[in-house]
Amino acid sequence: MEFVDYYKVLGIGKTATPKEIKAAYRKLARKFHPDLNPNDKDAKKNFQQINEANEVLSDPEKRKKFDQHGKDWQHAEEYEKANQYNQQSQNPRGGRYSSTQSEGDFSDFFESMFGGGGRSSGRQAKYRGEDYTTEIHLNLMDAYITHKQTLTVNGKNIRITIPCGIENGQTIKIPGHGGQGLNGGPNGDLYISFSISNHPNIKRLGNDLFTIVDLDLYTAVLGGEITVETLSGKVKLKVKPETQNGTKVKLKGKGFSVYKKEGEFGDLQLTYNIKIPTNLTDRQKALFAELSKM
Amino acid sequence: MKAKNLIALDVFCFNHNIEISFVSSLQQNGLIEITTIEETNFIDVSQLQQLEKIVRFYNELDINIEGIETITHLLDRVNVLQNEIIALRNRLRLYE
Repeated sequence: MEFVDYYKVLGIGKTATPKEIKAAYRKLARKFHPDLNPNDKDAKKNFQQINEANEVLSDPEKRKKFDQHGKDWQHAEEYEKANQYNQQSQNPRGGRYSSTQSEGDFSDFFESMFGGGGRSSGRQAKYRGEDYTTEIHLNLMDAYITHKQTLTVNGKNIRITIPCGIENGQTIKIPGHGGQGLNGGPNGDLYISFSISNHPNIKRLGNDLFTIVDLDLYTAVLGGEITVETLSGKVKLKVKPETQNGTKVKLKGKGFSVYKKEGEFGDLQLTYNIKIPTNLTDRQKALFAELSKM
Repeated sequence: MKAKNLIALDVFCFNHNIEISFVSSLQQNGLIEITTIEETNFIDVSQLQQLEKIVRFYNELDINIEGIETITHLLDRVNVLQNEIIALRNRLRLYE
């Protein structure tokens, strides 16, 4: 973990009074508090740093150590024979308070302190655990069907069911799978955002799908039968004679799954793209010329 | 069955070190709903997250109830707008 100058984080000088520290913290906390910046990872990271800075600088003992040892202040704890920390390790969340902590662990310590909603006052208040957020990438076919997936969140495997019809950018909540509550408080929740990649040929808008189907000139003029790929398989379709380029055809119930409603689907809209034949033989050209004079 | 989803208001206030009158003020301002059963006030679990967020605004950020009301309203607006952005982005993907 890189050294963080907590004075810089709070934008104060080394001689700042406790009142100035508090004022600087409050000002920045109002700006970066996660509750005020939902889904903003940068704000969350900033807030964690501000909180960490406040934890150190508002505590005279920690501030003294930080001032004395500078970037090595955390190692100073090790030299000071963990008296204080051994006592604290009785705390229900005390596993991370051990005197043999690494730099990274110490930062986790701070994270766990404010993750449940801030610093506790004198009483052992119960706090709800921190909410976690994560992102899952799916392709269109994955989102089309309800399926199970295993996630690893903070070292724990969680098997979740992803309902059919999930939308790109949609967030779902898995209650109780966030951070552990503090002092017996309830666990936080896990928020999962979905990023669904585009299909090369099929576009989606809500429950409806859109695709372009190439149609040869002869079928467009004379009519006929074509086979179209849909997400649920191939479909045979009659093409009316004299079909114009850009004609749209709607296939009811062949679209995307309706969210959380198994067996319900939107529509599939086909747009015909008539392909003009190329590399014509002399005979074909002659026939087209004849047609054009009729 | 429903009682399982309720938390006694005094228990909540004790655990969060806040006055009951504070939660009552939130109710008067329409920020949360309190359920009263046999003269005991309860909060529905579904409101716990919102109420804890308000308590954090109040305790950690020194924001008064009027400020909390404004922020809550604006956050609701942000939420609506974020959903609109997602919907518009998804619509744009039709043309990508």
